[in-house]
Amino acid sequence: MSSASSVSASELDQLLIARHGASAVQRFKSASVGLAGAGGLGSAIAAALARLGIGTLIVADFDRVEAVNLGRQQYFIDQIGLPKVEALRANLQRIHPGVRIIAQPLRVSAANLLELFGTVDILVEAFDDPVAKADLTSTWLAACPQRPLVGASGMAGCGPANQIVTRRPFGHFYLCGDGHSAVETCGSLYASRVGIAAHHQAQAVIRLLLGLDPVEDCSP
Amino acid sequence: MNLTINGATRTIMATDLAALLAELQLDPARVAIEHNGQILRADQYVATGLAEGDRLEIVRFVGGG
Repeated sequence: MSSASSVSASELDQLLIARHGASAVQRFKSASVGLAGAGGLGSAIAAALARLGIGTLIVADFDRVEAVNLGRQQYFIDQIGLPKVEALRANLQRIHPGVRIIAQPLRVSAANLLELFGTVDILVEAFDDPVAKADLTSTWLAACPQRPLVGASGMAGCGPANQIVTRRPFGHFYLCGDGHSAVETCGSLYASRVGIAAHHQAQAVIRLLLGLDPVEDCSP
Repeated sequence: MNLTINGATRTIMATDLAALLAELQLDPARVAIEHNGQILRADQYVATGLAEGDRLEIVRFVGGG
């Protein structure tokens, strides 16, 4: 029996192909996905995409891992103090070493958004600040209306999981969350509920890469 | 004048987008807007006039992530 450390990237790809089919895995491998934010949403989205063998992840976040983040974000005690993008890179490489990770330890703004993410097939907004969410969304969709954006809004508090949905407000803009539960009014974020929103976002990305509608099930 | 906002008909006083956001008590820094099929940058709100029958989709963002 082989140990975990002896499994190569290509062996992991073969296992993914056996499970999901060569066509799907090829779509994932040839994709480039941008991730703006590596907190509660971003760290969970990145793990889901890496487990499916996504080709390239461009991740930008200015923050460092703090102890308080461990209550919600996919980091570890021995990573406290590291830039989040570097801690995330290390974690993703332990999941699938074939994933190419471009880590940008800086603050995303309207001024650098297109420079950072101009090459991606799909951009994911994974910020916590609502002003930053709105700024990224307006800037991206006005500049690249044909390039999908998967955002999130409304996941604070401990409301029912089933309130979290994926919808398409307009154009190629997909939005995950309950739409109203703000951290400002609901008080706190639960790892479980933020994780549901994050996996709605990851699933929207995967369905887009497969040529499927993230909102409607069009299969017969 | 009557506008369609997020699928519902609304009668409003404002004649430009910035005034509409004020009338709806929405913070322009926390929304994304599509106006008659076109997605706008935040710096376009003041200069975007509104006309009878215009269609708007307004997404309001809340904190957390």
